[in-house]
Amino acid sequence: MTAAPDRDELLALSGVTCGYGREAVLVDVSLAIGGGEFVGIVGPSGAGKTTALRVIAGSMRVARGSVTRRAALRMAYVPQVETINWSFPVTVRECVLMARVNGRRLPWASRDERAQVAAVLEQLDIGDLADRHIRELSGGQQQRVFIARALLGEPELLLMDEPTSGVDVRLRHEILHLLDDLNAAGLAIVLSTHDLNGIAAHLPRVVCLNRSVIGDGAPHDVLTTDVLERTYGASMEVLVHGGMPVVVDGFRRHPPHPHPHVHTHAEAQQ
Amino acid sequence: MIDELLRPLGFEFFRNGLMVATMAGALCGAIGVYVVLKGMSYIGHGLSHAIFGGFAASSLLGINYLLGAGVWGLVSALMINAVTRRRVLGSDAAIGVITTASFALGLALFALFGTSGRSFDAALFGSILGVGVDDVVAIFVVCVLAGVLIFVRYRALLFTTFDPEVADVAGVNTARMDALLMVVLAGSILATMQVLGVTLIAAALVIPAAVARMLTNSFARMLQLATGIGAVCGFVGMNLSYHLDVQSGPTIVLVAATLFAAVFAVTGATGRRRAAAIAAPAPLPARTA
Repeated sequence: MTAAPDRDELLALSGVTCGYGREAVLVDVSLAIGGGEFVGIVGPSGAGKTTALRVIAGSMRVARGSVTRRAALRMAYVPQVETINWSFPVTVRECVLMARVNGRRLPWASRDERAQVAAVLEQLDIGDLADRHIRELSGGQQQRVFIARALLGEPELLLMDEPTSGVDVRLRHEILHLLDDLNAAGLAIVLSTHDLNGIAAHLPRVVCLNRSVIGDGAPHDVLTTDVLERTYGASMEVLVHGGMPVVVDGFRRHPPHPHPHVHTHAEAQQ
Repeated sequence: MIDELLRPLGFEFFRNGLMVATMAGALCGAIGVYVVLKGMSYIGHGLSHAIFGGFAASSLLGINYLLGAGVWGLVSALMINAVTRRRVLGSDAAIGVITTASFALGLALFALFGTSGRSFDAALFGSILGVGVDDVVAIFVVCVLAGVLIFVRYRALLFTTFDPEVADVAGVNTARMDALLMVVLAGSILATMQVLGVTLIAAALVIPAAVARMLTNSFARMLQLATGIGAVCGFVGMNLSYHLDVQSGPTIVLVAATLFAAVFAVTGATGRRRAAAIAAPAPLPARTA
């Protein structure tokens, strides 16, 4: 099933098949993203989540199918933090200013650009960190720097690859609230995540992907036992708590033996 | 004392050599920042050896070495760039085979047919003897071209060096940026070969950038510092080369290495942490699904 966006369409993937070398990672994927949407792509490792983001971003060619984008669509991409070289000699200001790569030719920032960088850093609550090295920040601040870089380009569509990968609950909440605020202000967001309960269940739209789209819609329609088992190929149960789906791993340990035999030291020596 | 220090400036070959060494130091310092931060130190080392093959072939054929080695270097640089961008497993090995085979070919050509014109030792280890006006002009032209590229495409080069995948999404032609950088690197090696020697150019690329990295966390400052440090090492090294009667290449590199050791000691743990980070570039964007 494929949900049609109820607002102006920003882009659409139609029957997209692509991969690396001869290995197809996405097969016949169709997906439309509307203006102001907030979409989470979930799926197991190797399902094609990052590849889907790359196709949407235009950094990867498709072997079959087509990708149509609204004319002059402004997109920004926030990569996984694991791919960032935190030792690179770059300050927060220098990093954020990279978004203006297609601006003026001079190396240094204009007065306007400096003001815009300061404004976006203030917006994300990291205004006093402009001259700090990116490694000297906390995890949440680091994520905000790269969101700030994305926002400086004034995108209509923000793409984020696993924004909460490896973060604790508090930081996950912080990032989710921030993204929710940005979405409420009109920014369309597509993110990939492996976090079904912490992220996906909170989003208005979830796409279950495993090489092709298994499910697409609101969490309570998509995060079902049937769709999740077909997506992950593993047993999963879904409960409802406070009106929200809660995915429970269906893994069960073998029940303990009623009379376990304990090897004694004496037995071991025999 | 002062008279003794200034005495070599009375010789034209020394003035030429001093200009070439200073400009070569600055050029290698600036380009070296990108080479080091992109984790291309091995490529710089290999490319300098590859160009030696072109140098030997042009010497044998009696054509201008800047032209012969230039074409050879350009082709090698673009081939290496293509291999590197494909991120195939074992690209280091492929680069090693291409560049060392080219170097070996150069050595074989010299052994079989001897040299005409340029000195074999000068090409390997650098020499101020025989540095002519054409060498000064050549390095000046490469310096201007590299300077214009860095100035005009500063933001695109920085973005490509730091985060090529996102730069690509942002509309930067990262393939073109990488190719331009390789061409400028080949040009820098070619223009500095006479003074630094192919076996020592890699050090001139890496050391000023490494010293600058220990001193700052800002990319802009690192670029400025590495350029200045490279120029100073070239200038001081060339003067020492004359007074100590040691080849220019080793002297310039030893001056740079001494500076590295001093800064390493003075900056303490901070410098050591930053220097260690140079050797650990970011993981390549994985071909994760």
